[in-house]
Amino acid sequence: MKKLVVLSVTMAFLFIGLAAVFAGSARDTISIVGSSTVYPFATVVAERFGKGGQYKTPKIESTGSGGGFKLFCAGVGVEHPDITNASRRMKDTEFETCAKNGVTEIVEVKVGYDGIVVANAKSAPLLKLTRKALFLALAKEVPDPKGGEKVIPNPYKTWKSIDASLPDVKIEVLGPPPTSGTRDAFVELVMEEGANSYDWIKALAKSDVKKHKAITNGIREDGAYVEAGENDNLIVQKLEANKNAFGIFGFSFLDQNADKIKGSLIEGMEPTFENIASGKYPVSRPLFFYVKKAHAGVIPGIKEYVAEFTSDKTWGPDGYLSEKGLIPMPDAERKAFGEAAKNMTVLKSLK
Amino acid sequence: MSKSDPVDNNGPRRAIDIVREGLEKRYRAERRFRRNGFLAITISLFSLFVLFASMIINGYSAFWQTYIRLDIFFDAELLHQEALASADYDGLVKNALQTVFPDAQNRQERRDLFKLVSSGAAFELRKRVLDDPAIIDQRKSVWVLADDDVDMLIKGHQGRNLPESERRINNRQLQWLDFLKAENRIEKRLNWTFLSHGDSREPEMAGVWGATMGSFLTLIITLILSFPIGVAAAVYLEEFAPKNRWTDLIEININNLAAVPSIVFGLLGLAVFLNFFGLPRSAPIVGGFVLALMTLPVIIIASRSALKSVPPSIREAALGVGASKMQMVFHHVLPLALPGMLTGTIIGMARALGETAPLLMIGMVAFIVDIPKGFTDPATVLPVQIYLWADSPERAFVERTSAAVIILLAFLIIMNAAAVILRKRFERRW
Repeated sequence: MKKLVVLSVTMAFLFIGLAAVFAGSARDTISIVGSSTVYPFATVVAERFGKGGQYKTPKIESTGSGGGFKLFCAGVGVEHPDITNASRRMKDTEFETCAKNGVTEIVEVKVGYDGIVVANAKSAPLLKLTRKALFLALAKEVPDPKGGEKVIPNPYKTWKSIDASLPDVKIEVLGPPPTSGTRDAFVELVMEEGANSYDWIKALAKSDVKKHKAITNGIREDGAYVEAGENDNLIVQKLEANKNAFGIFGFSFLDQNADKIKGSLIEGMEPTFENIASGKYPVSRPLFFYVKKAHAGVIPGIKEYVAEFTSDKTWGPDGYLSEKGLIPMPDAERKAFGEAAKNMTVLKSLK
Repeated sequence: MSKSDPVDNNGPRRAIDIVREGLEKRYRAERRFRRNGFLAITISLFSLFVLFASMIINGYSAFWQTYIRLDIFFDAELLHQEALASADYDGLVKNALQTVFPDAQNRQERRDLFKLVSSGAAFELRKRVLDDPAIIDQRKSVWVLADDDVDMLIKGHQGRNLPESERRINNRQLQWLDFLKAENRIEKRLNWTFLSHGDSREPEMAGVWGATMGSFLTLIITLILSFPIGVAAAVYLEEFAPKNRWTDLIEININNLAAVPSIVFGLLGLAVFLNFFGLPRSAPIVGGFVLALMTLPVIIIASRSALKSVPPSIREAALGVGASKMQMVFHHVLPLALPGMLTGTIIGMARALGETAPLLMIGMVAFIVDIPKGFTDPATVLPVQIYLWADSPERAFVERTSAAVIILLAFLIIMNAAAVILRKRFERRW
């Protein structure tokens, strides 16, 4: 009896081991990694795709744009992800890493736009901000207020000290951490633009690229900017508790929580669906996903998933993704990317 | 001197007074200590109570779900335009809604009307038709899932008294809902979807069953691996290993491993199981291996102390009647130490059930809809599901997160209670 028990346990072990080894070579679920901003949209598409019944529902991990590229560019093979989502375009360095590891045929698909809002509690006063004001509030080093073409560590403690029309409250902003694509996009769309409103900083972009980057990308670390992690629900709760704080996150969160928070005006534009879609609201960034063409025949369903994502009933103005807060691309752009996706046109270079 | 004199403050202090003062001080110290102990227990119980109360208050409403009754006409014309599996079931729902509210004319109004019902309703109808094609061309009354915004309104989480711009349900939709309620077409039913479905982006269709199955599969692997190896290691180290520097080193290492942060095991799993052995990502088998590594030191330590607690008299008596060392250990010592080992195992399993960090690195923190069936299907576990839902913007996920926490806490309480009962029933006091 005892021998039988021991024998059966050993067989169970062996069986599990063998099954693992063999099953690893035949994956039939699409593996997707990448941005936490695209995650809410990609998951909706994946679920609908899976419900169609023919293919398994794709598995989607939210690793952040940078983390997603790292996994994606690790190589071609069943153990590597098939698709990566990104809330920014692929960088040159990432493209080179991909090429070095054998990932040479990458299909780039833009899916739409997402607005970034600077929001505060509904009961707090509405702020009319400019990108220059945000730069002065959040940068590590700002131009000396006394004048001249040099930068000093950020001396501004209250919004009023930046602009007399803003309220006299302490600057406190909860924003994404450095691992987040949202932060990269915020830096590119707000901080850089705000810094470039000073002509001499703009000129630095050509003469001293490193110094320019240090000025535009540096976010203050003296406590006025608080890295509040990726959990936007937590940021919303903190904004409710602290009426003087502001939060930086994607438009979809503002949309879903309009009874608790409101978005500040940036250069006179309110963050609404229409303003972001028409481009009037300046802080919006494109969302992408990248597909490995080499996996398209091997893992079942990749082409069909891409087709589902790029159909008008998904990403169009009446599509179900726009209900979730995705800002659709203009018609011509949508058509172009739809064609590229259908033909699996490979990305030649990032220029 | 012979008189019974009261305390004489004018004379020298007597011994009895000194003793009495000291005694008073000691009694006071004891009472203070007991009060502090009682306070500590009260504070911890209170914190526990606050945790449970907040979870239950936030989460109990998730166990009910709003349904809307619609009269669906399974129009053969609409259904036979394509293969039955991919026909336009949304169209059936839309037609039924339009029949009740013919006044919704322009595009925006019709979109608002269709938003009252969940997108899962179409799949429910499809299931019905595929199960029983005979219902085509019949009119049936079907209870369909309401959209999560409607659900939140009916449950009172999104106040209807707010101004329209702050609500997800606009005034016209509110009128329609009131009409449906007046016709008894809106009902709250027990939310079986929550317990039988996997994850979903639509809160009304999201459930914990996928995560529960994933947890179950992962814990089975963890148990199969960690229990035999842990017990065998403990028996060897305790009974058979020579007491020299090597075994001391091993003992130190095992004790340290029990305190290593769990995410380190995740990194180990990524490097060894995924990159070197090439096991499938996000599979319960890899999760099980990683958690087994984490639980092993706990089981070894608990088993060793259980073995130590068996008195030497048992061992000597066994040897005395002629048993060999192997027989003594396996026939006499091990069965007596087993209750303690089981308790340690159950506590280790309960800890593994609640782990998220190590599973992050091996890919089990992912959106996975299908219920895992085998050890190599992609799966997620219950604490990870809670974490993912806590991150979602939809208001309805707030209550579902709390409900999932309630379910996880229930499992943990059951496991720990089982450990306590086992210990009480089978423990031998020498």
